[in-house]
Amino acid sequence: MLSIKNLHASIGGNEILKGISLEVKAGEVHAIMGPNGSGKSTLSKVLAGREEYEVTAGSVEYLGKNLLDFSPEDRAREGIFLAFQYPVEIPGVTNIMFLRTALNEIRKYHGKEPLEGPEFLKLVREKTKILDLDDSLLKRPVNEGFSGGEKKRNEIFQMAVLEPKLAILDETDSGLDIDALRAVSDGINKLKNKDNGIIMVTHYQRLLDYIVPDFVHVLLNGKIVKSGTRELALELEEKGYDWIREEQKEEVV
Amino acid sequence: MNEIEQFTKSEYKYGFSTDIEQEMAPKGLSEDTVRFISAKKNEPQWMLDYRLKAYRHWLTMKVPTWQNVHYPQIDFQDIYYYAAPKAKPKLNSLDEVDPELLDTFKKLGIPLEEQKLLANVAVDAVFDSVSVTTTFKEALKEKGVIFCSFSEAVREHSELIKQYMGSVVPYTDNYYAALNAAVFSDGSFVYIPKGVRCPMELSTYFRINAENTGQFERTLIIADDGAYVSYLEGCTAPKRDENQLHAAVVELITNENAEIKYSTVQNWYAGDENGKGGIYNFVTKRGICKGNNSKISWTQVETGSAITWKYPSCILKGDNSIGEFYSVAVTNNAQQADTGTKMIHLGRNTKSTIVSKGISAGRGNQTYRGLVKVSKAAENARNHSQCDSLLIGDKCGAHTFPYFEISNPSAKIEHEATTSKIGDDQLFYCQSRGISAEEAVSLIVNGYCKDVFKELPMEFAMEATKLLSISLEGSVG
Ligand SMILES: Nc1ncnc2c1ncn2[C@@H]1O[C@H](COP(=O)(O)OP(=O)(O)OP(=O)(O)O)[C@@H](O)[C@H]1O
Ligand SMILES: [Mg+2]
Repeated sequence: MLSIKNLHASIGGNEILKGISLEVKAGEVHAIMGPNGSGKSTLSKVLAGREEYEVTAGSVEYLGKNLLDFSPEDRAREGIFLAFQYPVEIPGVTNIMFLRTALNEIRKYHGKEPLEGPEFLKLVREKTKILDLDDSLLKRPVNEGFSGGEKKRNEIFQMAVLEPKLAILDETDSGLDIDALRAVSDGINKLKNKDNGIIMVTHYQRLLDYIVPDFVHVLLNGKIVKSGTRELALELEEKGYDWIREEQKEEVV
Repeated sequence: MNEIEQFTKSEYKYGFSTDIEQEMAPKGLSEDTVRFISAKKNEPQWMLDYRLKAYRHWLTMKVPTWQNVHYPQIDFQDIYYYAAPKAKPKLNSLDEVDPELLDTFKKLGIPLEEQKLLANVAVDAVFDSVSVTTTFKEALKEKGVIFCSFSEAVREHSELIKQYMGSVVPYTDNYYAALNAAVFSDGSFVYIPKGVRCPMELSTYFRINAENTGQFERTLIIADDGAYVSYLEGCTAPKRDENQLHAAVVELITNENAEIKYSTVQNWYAGDENGKGGIYNFVTKRGICKGNNSKISWTQVETGSAITWKYPSCILKGDNSIGEFYSVAVTNNAQQADTGTKMIHLGRNTKSTIVSKGISAGRGNQTYRGLVKVSKAAENARNHSQCDSLLIGDKCGAHTFPYFEISNPSAKIEHEATTSKIGDDQLFYCQSRGISAEEAVSLIVNGYCKDVFKELPMEFAMEATKLLSISLEGSVG
C-alpha cells in the first residue's frame, strides 16, 4: 500500500533523509529503529505532509496515488495517521470537539453524512473503554496539561476513532507506564487487520513483544541501512548500534 | 509559503462606498465649524453653548500618548467634521429615504424596509453624520420607550438630554471626549421608562462613507428604575487609503434595579495588509450603575479598525450593583489595539467581572489595559478578571497591563491571565487529523471565544462567529 523510493528530504538546505526506500504491504507491521537524530521523526512527518521539509528527490506511492501531491489534511482523509512523538496542545478546543470535527471532515471527504450526538458518543465510549482512557480527558482542551503518558494514550485513542489505513506511530511507547503500554498495544492490535499497515518507530524492543512486527528496519543517518525480522530488534537491544555503524564504514571503504 | 504567513489575506467585504451627493461642512475645525454643525441640526442655543465650551476646552488639551499604539500625528484641520447625504428637508417615512441609502444598508445586511425588518430588532441607521431612519419607532412608543437619533432627542427630549448628557463622560474627561462634545454629529438616544422591559433588541448601525471625514457620534442610554434593555451597535466603513477618525462617546445610566446590556460588533475597515488606510477608533464608553441593584454589561467583539483605543467602563455607585465586561479583540495584519476596561467600585457589595480574550495574528499588536478600583467606602467588593491572549504565528504581540487600586481591605479580587500560541505545529497537528488549517483556526478561535460569544444576543453571536472567521481568513494556507 505504501512504496517509498529513494526519498530525500531536507530542511534549511540541510539534508536529513538521504535516500530512503521502503515497501509496506497491507496487513504488515514495520518497526523502524535507529539512534537519536537519525531521521525517524522526519520520515514520519514527511509522510504526513509537513511542509517545512522539502522533498528534493524520490517518490512516495500510497494506494496507487502519488502521496506527495496531497495536502496534509487530504493525506489524513485518505487514511494516513501520524501518532506524534510530541503531541501538541490545542488551546480552547476540547478533545471531544476536536475529534468530532476530524472524524466528520474525513467522512465528508468520502461523501458520508456527519456522525452527530448519540452515534458519535457511542463510538467514543467504545474506544475509551479499549484504551482505558479517563472520560474527563475528553472534556479538556486537546493535550492541554495532559501528562506525557496521557498524551500518548490520547494519540492512540484518536487513531482508534479515526480508523486509518496506514498508521505511523512515532515512539508511542516512550513515556508509558507498564499498564498503559499494554492498553495502548491492545488498542493498536485491535486496529491491525489484513487491510491496514502500521509503521512503528521505537527505541525499545519491549513494544515488539506486544505488537509483533513483520519487519524491522534500522535507520541511520537518513538511510535505512539494515532490514530484518524480530531478531534484528533483539540483536540491537543487546549490542546497540555501533556494530551497524562499523558495518557501514566498511561498506563505504 | 509558511502556513501562518498566508493567514493574513482576506477581503473586507464591506469596503464599497456609496456614490451619493453630500453636504459637507468646510474642512477643518474652528468655532465656525461648531456653529455650522449646530445650525445644520437646528439645535437650541444651550446645545451650541455646550459645544463651544467643549471646543474651547479641547483647545487647551494635549493629544494623549500613553497608549501602546503608534500612528502619525493626526492633522485635525484636514478632516471634514460634518457630512450628510443631501436629502429632502424632512423625512417622514422610509419612502422618502434616498434609495441609494436603503441599498447601501441592504448591502450591509441591514434591511430598513418595514417588511424586511429583522424580527424583534429595532434599528437606528446612521450614515456619516446623520441618522437615516429609526425602525419600529411606533411599536416602541406604545411601551413608552424612546429610541431616536441623538439630534432628534436634543430637539424633542431636551430635558433628558440636559440632565444626562455629559453626566458620565464630561467633555473634560479626555481629549477625544472633548472633541466629540464639540463636533458630535449624530448617534442614538434611548430612554426606557420605569418598570419597562424593552420588548425588542435596539440596535444602531454606523456607517462611515464620505472621504476625509471623521465620525463623531454620541450614544446615550438611560434605563430608569427596574427597566431593562439590550442594545447592539454595529459599524463598517469603505476601504479607503487614508485613515479616518472615529471618536465616539457612549454614556449609559442605570437607575435602581435597572439593567443595560450593551453589545458591540465593531468591524470598521482595518486598512490593508501593509497597514495603509483604516479607521482610527478612539472611543470613550462608560456606564454608571447609579441605582442600587443595577447592572451594566459590556460585550464587545472588535475585529476592525486600524487602531482601536477604548475602555468600556462601569462606575458601580449603587449598592449591590454589577459591572461586566466581555471582550474579544482581534488584531491581524498591521492592526493595533489598546483596549480593556475600568471597574470603579464605589457602592457596597458591588461586583465586577472581566473576561478579555485577545487574538493577535499577522503583525497585529494588542494590549489589554484594565483598572479595578475599589474605593474606601466600597465594602465587600468583588472582582474576577480573566485576561487571555492567543497568538497566531510569531510576528504578532500581546501585552497585558492589569492595574488594581484597592482602598478597602474587604475586597476580594481574583486575576488570571494566560497566553497561548497557535503556530505551524498546532496547525499541522490538526491537518494530520483531517482538519484544514483554516478550519483549525476557526475551531480554536471559536472555542477560545465562547465565554464571550455566549453573552451576545443569539443572532449576533452567529454573526460574530462568522466575522471572526472572516477577519482571520487567509491567515493560514
Ligand atoms: N525543523 C528542523 N529544523 C532543523 N533541524 C531539524 C528539524 N527537524 C529535524 N531536524 C534535524 O534532523 C535530524 C533528524 O531529526 P529527527 O527528529 O527526525 O530524529 P529522530 O530519529 O526522530 O530522533 P529521536 O530518536 O531523538 O526522536 C536531527 O539532527 C534534527 O536536529
Ligand atoms: Mg523522533
